[in-house]
Parts: sequence; structure tokens; C-alpha cells
Amino acid sequence: MSSTDLAVQEKRAQPAAKRVVNDFSIQVATVNGSGSQTANLVLLRSILLMGVPVSGKNMFPSNIAGLPTWYTIRASKRSYLARKKEVDFLVAMNAETAKEDVLTLEPGAAVVYDEPLKLNTLRSDCVFYPVPFDKLVAPVCPDAKLRRLVRNMIYDGVLARLLGIDMAHMDKALNKQLGKKGKAVILNQGALKAGWDYAQANFTKQDPFVIEPMNETAGKILIEGNQAAAIGCMMAGVTVVAWYPITPSSSLCEALIGYMKKHRIDKETGKATFAIVQAEDEIASLGMVIGASWAGARSMTATAGPGISLMSEFAGLAYYAETPAVIFDVQRVGPSTGLPTRTAQGDMLVTAVLSHGDTKHIMIIPSSVEECYTMSQEAFDLAEQFQTPVFVMLDLDLGMNNWMSSPFKYPDKPINRGKVLTGAKLKELGQWGRYKDVDGDGIPYRTVPGDGMPAYFARGSGHNARGQYSERPDDYVENMDRLGRKFETARKFVPRPEIDAVAGAKIGLIGYGTSHWAITESRDQLREETDVKTSYYRLRAYPFTDELVQFIDAHERIYVIEQNRDAQMRQLMKLDLAPERQAKLRSVLHYNGLPIDARSITDDVLSQEGFEVAKKENVRAMSAGKAGGE
Amino acid sequence: MATPTKTNRIGLEPIAYKGGKTTLCAGCGHNAISERIIDAFYEMGVEPSRVVKLSGIGCSSKSPAYFLGTSHGFNAVHGRMPSVGTGALLANGKLIAIGISGDGDTGAIGIGQFVHLMRRNLPIIYIIEDNGCYGLTKGQFSPTADLGSKLKTGVVNDLPPIDTCALAIELGATLVARSFSGDKKQLLALLKTALAHRGTVMLDVISPCVTFNDHEGSTKSYAYVKDHDDPLEEVSFVPFFEDISVDYAPGETQEVTMHDGSKLYLKKLEEEYDPTDKITALKRLHETQRRGEFATGIIYIEPDRDDFLTQLNVIDEPLAFLPLAKIRPGPEALEEIMEGLR
Repeated sequence: MSSTDLAVQEKRAQPAAKRVVNDFSIQVATVNGSGSQTANLVLLRSILLMGVPVSGKNMFPSNIAGLPTWYTIRASKRSYLARKKEVDFLVAMNAETAKEDVLTLEPGAAVVYDEPLKLNTLRSDCVFYPVPFDKLVAPVCPDAKLRRLVRNMIYDGVLARLLGIDMAHMDKALNKQLGKKGKAVILNQGALKAGWDYAQANFTKQDPFVIEPMNETAGKILIEGNQAAAIGCMMAGVTVVAWYPITPSSSLCEALIGYMKKHRIDKETGKATFAIVQAEDEIASLGMVIGASWAGARSMTATAGPGISLMSEFAGLAYYAETPAVIFDVQRVGPSTGLPTRTAQGDMLVTAVLSHGDTKHIMIIPSSVEECYTMSQEAFDLAEQFQTPVFVMLDLDLGMNNWMSSPFKYPDKPINRGKVLTGAKLKELGQWGRYKDVDGDGIPYRTVPGDGMPAYFARGSGHNARGQYSERPDDYVENMDRLGRKFETARKFVPRPEIDAVAGAKIGLIGYGTSHWAITESRDQLREETDVKTSYYRLRAYPFTDELVQFIDAHERIYVIEQNRDAQMRQLMKLDLAPERQAKLRSVLHYNGLPIDARSITDDVLSQEGFEVAKKENVRAMSAGKAGGE
Repeated sequence: MATPTKTNRIGLEPIAYKGGKTTLCAGCGHNAISERIIDAFYEMGVEPSRVVKLSGIGCSSKSPAYFLGTSHGFNAVHGRMPSVGTGALLANGKLIAIGISGDGDTGAIGIGQFVHLMRRNLPIIYIIEDNGCYGLTKGQFSPTADLGSKLKTGVVNDLPPIDTCALAIELGATLVARSFSGDKKQLLALLKTALAHRGTVMLDVISPCVTFNDHEGSTKSYAYVKDHDDPLEEVSFVPFFEDISVDYAPGETQEVTMHDGSKLYLKKLEEEYDPTDKITALKRLHETQRRGEFATGIIYIEPDRDDFLTQLNVIDEPLAFLPLAKIRPGPEALEEIMEGLR
């Protein structure tokens, strides 16, 4: 690029108004399979190392190589970790999407792009920084075959210079990312430096976006929810894992395999204190989990929507024969195959009542990576305490994206294995019946093969309190009513909601899972921009706890915020609520496959509250996302 | 005057191996199989508290209620018993697992799980009580019904049968046998051999359905099976705890040492047959099938292959009973993980 070009640009670009410090989003548009993930994670971590709260979200195709991928990084001095709807800084590396990526930017955005794409001709209200990536990569990477992978690191160097990220942090992040791969580290360091040098020599800063050191991230970790859940399962003492690969849940079991091989090999014998089996399908996965739990192991599987559908029959068996099971559902967009690599909260309704006949299941719903860790442990305790399947409802956004978090705490209590019959208890009871409600809480005592206690015949067919086959109407009703009682008992033990009750607020917001982050930010927007006060109820489990009714009663209008089309959680609430309470419920729904953002919630709530909301053009640098309609 | 009670090597009487009263039809082959299971477990001196009985859905799958009444049992969902059994054995590798399935439960709805069970060499005795029809739903054909076999209603089966033994050998089961519910001696010897084996035992037992598939024109009727049973060998089983030496002329009998030290003697009938050779076994199955007969006895045996738990390097102590100290890593492990994420 000649200096004349730059001069032309300077004239065209909007004057850099005021500086925007630690509060903007970067979107990197690449082609999948090009090794951009390393560059993106290095950029993400370098911002974290600057002490600035940060989140990273990958919007990727269901494909191995060659299709468009967008990675968004958000730096937020106020610690907003949700997706930001607007893109402030675009890195355009993908010729196929570059034009639309640029055209959908807000005025004033900045664009680093691959020079031959000539994107600066598309509009004059953005700032453009052309970088000749191919020319820069050749000297730092003599092996032509590796250039495709190293090339992306150049934009990290350019951004470090333009945004003011310390190169020492970039280096540290790079080392962390590539670990012991010595040659790769050297090549990438060269690319990083080439980018920085090029930007230093050729660009004058014209955009307002800068990263400045803060002190908000000391000791923080960056982790994906699936990884966090895997650590939780290991700490919960899981011993049998059966799984079938499916996006976006595979990385949960794969991370678990890695951790278990490192930390769960018996020191005396060198043998595994666990068994992990890749099953032939999701049906067999849950079958193995049920068999293992019945025989006394702490057992789990992880899947996504299509797997949940397949597990339906076995879920009913576990409910009725009363075997524990922990099932992670990392939700993706359905129905059917849907959008396998996009996020949703679309399995709530089907999972709550999964299987034929009268069935109801416990679901626990983490919002953060820290809760992925703690709730995994709670899931095993609840499954054994209630001798029933427990579903841990993550979503792709939580499971597969990188989240900043405080480090996890070591568990402070032993595991709860529930009512397993002992010799002493048997003596006290006199006669034991597998499905007898001895304590009035609906939870019977169980025995485990090989434990020396009396045996029973577990079955999915009708049975009486002693576990014998029965088709008698009285036996059936008695057993189903006890199961109902057991579910009522569960209300008192599932994770309670987190409630922020604001004095004078007429509006209550209810949300769950990853919506939490956008809701938190939206509440600030509502308060700061339009002086609308809201209370907030973060739901963490199904069945609902007593607080739900109290919260609804304390507010005039309730917005249930969800990432699905059919207001699934609101429908579940209606099953429990009296008509006058049902009438208070409204919905905010987001279901285009992208993680929910604060602005969408704010605009929707305001519009339902009767405010005039400026209709903005659909702002999004994503061509593939167009059809969704945000 | 009290008669001395008969007990086995662990001091249990035969009654300790009995189960509930059968609800299957009088004369059902499945009842004979339950009786042989009771005999085999009694004679081998198996501890009933170590046994888990598993089944799917169908007439066959009801039968675990009719033997070993003090053992744990799990009547799972249709065709999915293999996965439940797999889980149970992963949880506790010291359990002795016997799974009872039917020809529909295995060959139709459960073929997927059957296939993958055979591949893993899980230490389980998997029995198909094979009558070629769905009894509980009134006699429709199952996938093991022979080509040309006729239903009571006159409907003729025009699809080729699945040979579960050939399939099991092909897929990796390490002990594959076929028998007939009416052949007490052979079935008992095979069941004892199964108990001495460590790995997947696939035992297909032709077990006529007296109500829906015992008529002329059926290839799974008592009469037809009796006439077309083609034993490969005379099976004698000598358990490890019995000090019996068997004299046999070399070349006429094949001796196999089982996993637990028991001895299996296979006296050859007709021509040379070597059940440790996969190709011979598959060839023989095809030949007998072409003749419209059933090859019975030990069809294939591989006594030494590692079972699934060994392949997984699972600790000997049952996973189900490991103490917390063995299953929850210490704080230093968590700290190490956290440090790697900073």
C-alpha cells in the first residue's frame, strides 16, 4: 500500500470522535479449517491479560473446512459477557463474506482486511486498514504449506498495534495456546511481529477503539462450559461414562477423557478408576448409564437435541424403574438436525416430560461456566438422592464458547449417594420393599447388585411396592402417586433461583441459562436509558420452587426470556400456575441461532411496554445469519 | 426320617437357584431352558448374589423371573438389554451376567445393540431363546424365521433369515454355540461351558413356540428341529473344581482349557471340525443351513481374548464401590487444571 492511499482514506474517514476504551466488539471473519481459532484465542487471552473483562463466541458452520466462520470477541469494562449485537471492529479475511460483512457494519466501525479484497471502496463511513497478508506471511514462513495456518496470526499483530495490546501479553497468550509446539510458536511469533511492524510503519490510528490496562481479571480463568462440566463430573466421582459424538456436546466427554486419564488413574495399580465407552448411539449411551447406575456406579452421558429424542424410551425406564442417571443436554438449534452449530434453549419442554406415559424429570440449568462445574456435582447427588434421571441443560453458547470466570473452588462436602439400603437400616425396617415409601417423601430404599443386600427385579413394566410384576389398578395408582410425591420432594432440593428484587419495580424478568448475561446488561440499559426498573429471577431448575409464585405475585407484569420460538419454559410454568398468575406472563423470545443479546431484549420489553422503539436495520456482519431475522 | 439334603460346592441346595412360577405356555421351550440354567448354575456352584439377570421385551425376556429368584434382575426395554448389561458390568466387573433375549428382541429391534455387544467381548452370557416368531403379539414372523417357513395362517416367509451365530462369529464373540431346548444334555454342557468362559458367549437356543409355531410347515417346530438337529460334536464339560481325568483317543476329541481352568472335551462326530477356526465355523454354518439343518454344539470358541473390561484397563475393584478418596482427585489436581486456564 502506498502512503497516498492512506492519505485518501484519512480524508474519507469520519473524524475519530472520542476514544472508546475497553467497550467494543471485534469480529473476525474467516474460513473454517484455516487455523484461525489459534489466532482468535490468542487475541482473546491477550485482552484478558490486559486486565480487561472479555468474552469470545464462535459462530461456525457444521463443516470441516471451507465455509465461513465468525469469531466475536467482546471487551467490556462493565463485565458484560453476552454477545454484542453490533460489530465495532471487523477483521475481514474471507473473500466470500467480506462484502456483506462490511455493508452490515454500523457507521464508524473499523475494518482490517486482506488488501486484495479492496473493501475500502464499499463505503466511506468506516475506517479501513488494508493488510497484504500474503506478502507479509511469505518471509516469516518459508514452508508454503504452513502459510495458510500462520497467516491469521498476522491480524493479531496488526490489532495489537491498532488497539494498544501489549505484545508481551500476545506472546504469553501464544505460548499458552501452543504449549510445547516449539516450531509452531516460533513461526507464529514471527507472524505476530510482522503484523505489528506493518501496522506501525503504515497506519495512523483513525478509529476510536482502544484497549487500556485494567485490573479486573487477576486470577481469572478462560474456559468453555463443556470443559467446566467435565471437571465437575470428575470431582463428583463419576465412574461410568457412555457417549455418542454429537455437536455441541462431544467436547464435554472428550475433555473428560483427558482429565480422567490424567487425574483418575489409581496410583497403586496404574488402572483406571473409571470406564468411558463410546457407544453405538445415544440410545445405547443412556442404556449403559442406566445399567451402570442400577449396579451402583455414578454414571453419565452427554448429548444434544437429536440424542435427547432418541433417549426418550430409556428416560421413561429410568424414571419408572428408578435408576439414577445424569444426562447433559448441550442444546443446539432444532427441530430435527436443525442448525447443529448454533445455539438455542429449545429442548426444555420435551426434556421436562421426556418419554411416554406420565413422566417428569428434574432439569438443572447452569448460566455460567462456574455453574457448569458446581451443578455437574449437584446433578450426581440429586440423581442418586432421587433415584431418577437428572438433565443438566447447557446450550452451545455456554458449552462451546470461552467464558471468563473466577477459578473453581474445591468441593467442600462429600458426595450424597442417597438411600442405599444398609444392614442396619434393613434391621430397622424389618421388611424391605424396593418401591415402598418408608419416609413419606416418595423416595424408596434401593439395593445394588453385589452389595449383599436383598435383590429385586428392576423393570419398566407395572410393579408393586415390593418390585413384583403387577397389573393391579391399586398398585399402579399407588406407585404413580408415590412418584408424584417424590417429584414434589425434589422441589425442595433442586438449585434455588437467584432473585434480585428491586423496590418499586413493576416489571419482573425471568430468565435462565445463558440468557442471564444479556438480561443483566439489558436491565442496565432499561434503567439507564429509559428509567425502567426491573426485578430479576434467574431460574436454575425444574421443578419450580416456591419462590416462583411469590415473584409473580410481587410484580404486575412478568417477561419470561428464552432462546426458543414456543416460549417453552413459560408453557411449563403454566402447568403449575393458577390462571390469574398465568395471565401476567409475557414472552421475550430469541431464536435465530445466535446467542441472545441485550439490545434485543431491551427493545422487545420496551415495545411491549408501549415505548416507541427505533426500528433499526438488521445490523449484523453475518451473511449466513440473514435468513434468521433478528 | 430326614433325607440328606443335596448341596453344591458352596453349600447351596437346588432350591436356591429356582425362581418364580412360569407364566409361559405349558410346553414352551423357554421353560426347559430356564430349568437347564438352574441346573448349570447349581452344578457350577455360582453364588446367586453375584449374578445379574438381564432381558429385553417378549416371551423370552419374561423368563429371568423364573430362575435364580434371589439374584438381581433388570427387565429393560425392547432390544436394548445389551447396553444395560454393558453398563452393569462396567460398574461391577465381578458380576456374572446372563442376558436372555428372543429372536425378535435380538434380530429385529435389537440388532444394533446385539452387533455392538458382540464386538466388545463383554463378559456376558447372551442367550437367544429362538422360536422364529413373536409369541407375545400372536405369532408374527421374526427375522430368524427360515425362508419358506409357514405361519399357522398359511403365510409363507419370503425373506432370508438372520443367522445369529454366523453374525456373532463375524463380529467377534468369543464363544458361539447353538442348541435345542429339547436337548437337555447338550444344553447343560454348553451352559456350564459358558459359565467357565470370560468374554461374550452367544448361545442361540432353538426353542419352539408351542402356541404359534409348532405346526407342519414351520422350520422351528419340535418335530422339524428334532429331525434336522446336526450336532457338530459331543460336548463334555469338566469343571475346574472336579478332579476327573478324561481318557480319549487323540484325533477323535479336541480338548479346550477354559478361562477358569475347566476343561471342555469335544468328541468329533462325522468329519473333522475345529471350532477354534473362524473360517471353518462359518463354512459349516452355511453348509448346514443349505441342507435345511441346524448345526448345534460349540460352533466357535476363542478362550484367551481379553474381555472388554481388560481392554479398558478398569481397576479390579468394582467401580460401584470405590471410596470417595479413589474417585475424587485432590485439591492439587484442581489447582493444576485452574493454573492451565489462566
